[in-house]
Amino acid sequence: MTDSKYFTTTKKGEIFELKAELNSDKKEKKKEAVKKVIASMTVGKDVSALFPDVVNCMQTDNLELKKLVYLYLMNYAKSQPDMAIMAVNTFVKDCEDPNPLIRALAVRTMGCIRVDKITEYLCEPLRKCLKDEDPYVRKTAAVCVAKLHDINAQLVEDQGFLDTLKDLISDSNPMVVANAVAALSEIAESHPNSNLLDLNPQTINKLLTALNECTEWGQIFILDCLANYTPRDDRESQSICERVTPRLSHANSAVVLSAVKVLMKFMEMLPKDLDYYGTLLKKLAPPLVTLLSAEPELQYVALRNINLIVQKRPEILKHEMKVFFVKYNDPIYVKLEKLDIMIRLASQANIAQVLAELKEYATEVDVDFVRKAVRAIGRCAIKVEQSAERCVSTLLDLIQTKVNYVVQEAIVVIKDIFRKYPNKYESVIATLCENLDSLDEPEARAAMIWIVGEYAERIDNADELLESFLEGFHDESTQVQLQLLTAIVKLFLKKPTETQELVQQVLSLATQDSDNPDLRDRGYIYWRLLSTDPVAAKEVVLAEKPLISEETDLIEPTLLDELICHIGTLASVYHKPPSAFVEGSRGVQHKRLPARAGSGESAESPEVGQSGTSEAPPAVIPSQGDLLGDLLNLDLAPATTTVPSVQPSMQMGAMDLLGGGLDSLPGVSHRTEMQSPQPSSDYSERELGGDIGGSPSMGAALGAPAAMPAALSNAPAVGGGLGDLFDLGGGVGMPTGFYVAPKTLFLPAMKAKGLEISGTFARRGGIIQMDLSLTNKAMSVMTDFAIQFNRNSFGLAPAGPLQVLTPLTPNQTIDVSLPLGTTGPVMKMEPLNNLQVAVKNNIDVFYFSCQYPLSLLFVEDGKMERQVFLATWKDIPNDNEAQFQIKDVHLNSDAASNKLQGSNIFTIAKRTVDAQDMLYQSIKLTNGIWVLAEMRVQTGNPNYTVNRNKESCQ
Amino acid sequence: MIHSLFLINNVGDLFLEKHWKSVISRSVCDYFFEAREKAGEPDNVPPVIRTPHHYLINIYRDKIFFVSVIQTEVPPLFVIEFLHRVAETFQDYFGECSETTIKENMVIVYELLEEMLDNGFPLATESNILKELIRPPNILRTMVNTITGSSNVGETLPTGQLSTIPWRRAGVKYTNNEAYFDVVEEIDAILDKSGTTVFAEIQGVIDACVKLSGMPDLTLSFMNPRLLDDVSFHPCVRYKRWESERVISFIPPDGNFQLMSYHISAQNLVAIPVYVKQNISFFESGSSGRLDITVSPKQTMGKVVECVVVTIHMPKVVLSASLNATQGTYKYDPLTKILVWDIGKLNPQNTQKQPNLKGSLSLQSGAPKPEENPSLNIDLKIQQLAISGLKVNRLDMYGEKYKPFKGVKYVTKAGKFQVRT
Repeated sequence: MTDSKYFTTTKKGEIFELKAELNSDKKEKKKEAVKKVIASMTVGKDVSALFPDVVNCMQTDNLELKKLVYLYLMNYAKSQPDMAIMAVNTFVKDCEDPNPLIRALAVRTMGCIRVDKITEYLCEPLRKCLKDEDPYVRKTAAVCVAKLHDINAQLVEDQGFLDTLKDLISDSNPMVVANAVAALSEIAESHPNSNLLDLNPQTINKLLTALNECTEWGQIFILDCLANYTPRDDRESQSICERVTPRLSHANSAVVLSAVKVLMKFMEMLPKDLDYYGTLLKKLAPPLVTLLSAEPELQYVALRNINLIVQKRPEILKHEMKVFFVKYNDPIYVKLEKLDIMIRLASQANIAQVLAELKEYATEVDVDFVRKAVRAIGRCAIKVEQSAERCVSTLLDLIQTKVNYVVQEAIVVIKDIFRKYPNKYESVIATLCENLDSLDEPEARAAMIWIVGEYAERIDNADELLESFLEGFHDESTQVQLQLLTAIVKLFLKKPTETQELVQQVLSLATQDSDNPDLRDRGYIYWRLLSTDPVAAKEVVLAEKPLISEETDLIEPTLLDELICHIGTLASVYHKPPSAFVEGSRGVQHKRLPARAGSGESAESPEVGQSGTSEAPPAVIPSQGDLLGDLLNLDLAPATTTVPSVQPSMQMGAMDLLGGGLDSLPGVSHRTEMQSPQPSSDYSERELGGDIGGSPSMGAALGAPAAMPAALSNAPAVGGGLGDLFDLGGGVGMPTGFYVAPKTLFLPAMKAKGLEISGTFARRGGIIQMDLSLTNKAMSVMTDFAIQFNRNSFGLAPAGPLQVLTPLTPNQTIDVSLPLGTTGPVMKMEPLNNLQVAVKNNIDVFYFSCQYPLSLLFVEDGKMERQVFLATWKDIPNDNEAQFQIKDVHLNSDAASNKLQGSNIFTIAKRTVDAQDMLYQSIKLTNGIWVLAEMRVQTGNPNYTVNRNKESCQ
Repeated sequence: MIHSLFLINNVGDLFLEKHWKSVISRSVCDYFFEAREKAGEPDNVPPVIRTPHHYLINIYRDKIFFVSVIQTEVPPLFVIEFLHRVAETFQDYFGECSETTIKENMVIVYELLEEMLDNGFPLATESNILKELIRPPNILRTMVNTITGSSNVGETLPTGQLSTIPWRRAGVKYTNNEAYFDVVEEIDAILDKSGTTVFAEIQGVIDACVKLSGMPDLTLSFMNPRLLDDVSFHPCVRYKRWESERVISFIPPDGNFQLMSYHISAQNLVAIPVYVKQNISFFESGSSGRLDITVSPKQTMGKVVECVVVTIHMPKVVLSASLNATQGTYKYDPLTKILVWDIGKLNPQNTQKQPNLKGSLSLQSGAPKPEENPSLNIDLKIQQLAISGLKVNRLDMYGEKYKPFKGVKYVTKAGKFQVRT
């Protein structure tokens, strides 16, 4: 007798039949009926009509029947909330049952019923169960808190369940500890800054103890939690590593990988000369290798992670090349990953083996795999110089097979090899030319054309070859057309006599017959170059090309470090930071590897490691967002006196402002002083040094008029602007121009297919300019740049096109200044000075966001009449006033005022009271908002006090 | 954590769904079907599939796709391990894990899934505990249940759930106390055309069947524990003692379990028990090819190599094979293009007449010569030998008074053993 009989009744009257059976007096019949109901439910039939009848069966001593009814309830309670209330009493009663299994079952099921009314009744039983004498009930209750949090987070916080849950981390039973950790981790994911898992050496110790005794799944939770901890020093780090290493021998691969994560992270802190460091490295290899003998799905995830580990610490697996050899019946996704790792591990020592393997793979059936194998040969040639010759001959062998796609791939990689080793392997060109006709893919055709053009002087019939391509010019893809145009121009420059006709033909095809703007522009440029100055044309077109770099697909180091902290997660599978894709992870914390002890950079305190900003765009100052909350509180407080608790950060901000500039003053070095008094500093040293204009503290001091709520968020941004001004770049006492921050990275090359953009903002002669440096880190030429801004708070918009006239060749950097207007469309941004930019080139469109200093918007006519100033100053309510200090400025008031004037902060009046200079200043923003400030300068005391008021004038 | 599970058979029918949190519509599986379509072979479906709102992590076992849906950042290995555990539990409960058996036992399946995960957190995955909570079906029990009206759900809290040895229940009693260990080694190897080893390693496991009363504490020691440098243990094994004394000390679970697995890597010399000489060639003209394979024993440590089977995936253009085998039988399936030569035993004495398979292959006329060379897959078995040379020294029992019956068996098999041509 099997359950399949429950599926046999599919007639129409089924529901009625079941109803009758459910209400039967006989226990056995009831149970059979419930089973039938469950069976229908599992296959997706709607049996919700039976709700009251099934719930009636709940009051029973039979555990199986009870479980089945619970199963049913969980499925349908949501659709019948009123009916579900009927079940509440039984639940509450069951939570008092002497049998712990029933208590646990009741609390567990209640948590799964996602009906608000029921959750209210759940609180009391849950509180009891969290303190139950039986650990089985406690561990079930721990998970229930996570469930409840998912339904009603506020309720969980109000009822204090989170604290109870935290207490459970110290429970005597390891299973309870593991579940508490799991529940807290899940809750913490939706509260990134809640600091729920407050890890300290005591809790860590408890977790490590529980680690040895809990189930395999519990071990995963605990290890993942441990990975978030930052040890105080290398000794603590080592002792944790020692206690985690046994997990490497666990049969469950997820436990192994989580342990690897902890070790990889904590290893960072160990000094490299330590014996233990070497031991640990050795211990890591075998478990990673073992993961590769598991099921293919596990292998895949393991391989993705090994890919990261190999990039971070190639020494771990350098002798294990062979385990990555591909077996013909591996699934394709495993094959491709293995190939990737083989190339990463390729070195002079093992290159012969690797090449033999790759050649073998190139004869396999799977086209994708074969292509990748051929490419891999090329990458080996580029990576291991000694092997280049061997690789080239292998590629030639493969070309001889005449297998179409193999030949095409081979030609594409040979082009790269030519780029890496110029004037070395050109003898093979003849062989390549033989296969000209078989090339039907754009990439291969383009590569071949590039080769012909580049080496036109050595190919006797280069003109014929290129001419043959030219016949079908219109049918070619853009890539091939562009390449053909360039190649023919190269040919012409090398052999001008015979090819005049050809070049004219291609130029007219490109400029007159083509609709493609890229092609047309390039055509025109060549045309003009050739017609005006052939010598210059030669210099431009035949310029020596920079060598291509060894490995083009390495993960950018900071991202790699972050991914190492996320080993074993989805992020590691996709090789993207979690913030980039995980839904529901509001403001994922950026994890960083801990700093090695004794290295130049002092180890960051744990808080620093955890407190990265959410979604930081490239040029954001990390602490700004964090402090914003405090600042606003300050602003809203009725009294404007400085609140002591904010003091440290304010001081810090002020020091930052003066950091860069003062350093350049002869004989003045405040570096050391500036570093010292910052217990709660969120800045790392690097950040301090640079343009920390956006000092949040300054913003703190800005009053926000109640009438202008929008201006609230203005505070830190304006502070940023002022901060920059104080970064006194020039000589003392001279009226200097607008302060220009050093360029910061806006768009890393990794995110933009090789285009790297850094830049800054400046105000020159009343015109706002965005200075950009565009660097091409890809292997191909970039052209056709254009720029556009999203709507932003002050209506900034480009006042002209992006002036990039020449194509950007690989490794070249171009500096451009883009004039900006303030008449673009306005939309309030968060933060206020955020600017979203789109840059287009021939490859793609890229987006980034950056922040401009507010001082950019201080207009030249910001000098207020004295009378007006006085009147306005009085009118501004006290609430709008804020105050802060700038420390360690060794300037007298005149010098400071001079400097500020350079940035359009005008001193209206100066007054001297009790050896203090009071400067009254005004600033006007492009959108007509006025800011008034009072600056107190005490002679001999390097601290400034600034009171600021603000108001808006329409 | 794990949100939902869908079971899909290999023709694409969704036949079971289970949600541990809120219900997620089946339509999420469309992304899976899309990936499935793209992959061609069911084996090639990528294990992690990204959809706009969820991630689908799937495994393919016994012709069933286990597709789990997750919504937050969860370690994928954790999910994959869990899915395999589900498949193993079905296998354990119903003898096989197939669509038919799952459908036949739908209610138990549902109860099991409910017991294995709570809100996406694993709850009870140890087979011992599960069996106490939900009794596996068998004919006798079904009969008893029908007559007495009792159920197959345990009424009491499983004893192992909370002790520090969750894998063992208390109060085990046997009339015959016995402990058997099987040392099973599989050779994974790739040999190249000339017979040289490109890569070879040994994957070993020690499977145990322990039926001992009470709370026995066992210690297993090896003659040559140094062979083992890369091991994974069942959670019951005390790792500290392995590290310090190189003995395996443990309180065993009741019944069948895998005590440990180990891996002897390519650096150590791995003995290759057979030698394969092969020549497969296709002619440019005449739509034909030749095949000539000889298999002979190599390093067998004096043992007989049994159950030798050679499997070849022929290129698509091979229509039929007309061959002659001096030993065993061969079969060519023109549909799947698989040639199987079942040789049987290799006789170590008769070195003159080694098994040979020879003859011609006929290709589709007019088709070009196949580009790829087929690889040979070898299956074999050697009884009474662990090819790595691993030997169990002794098994001691503490904590109980009775004298158990002990036994150790060795067997070597071919794992992924491939010969390239």
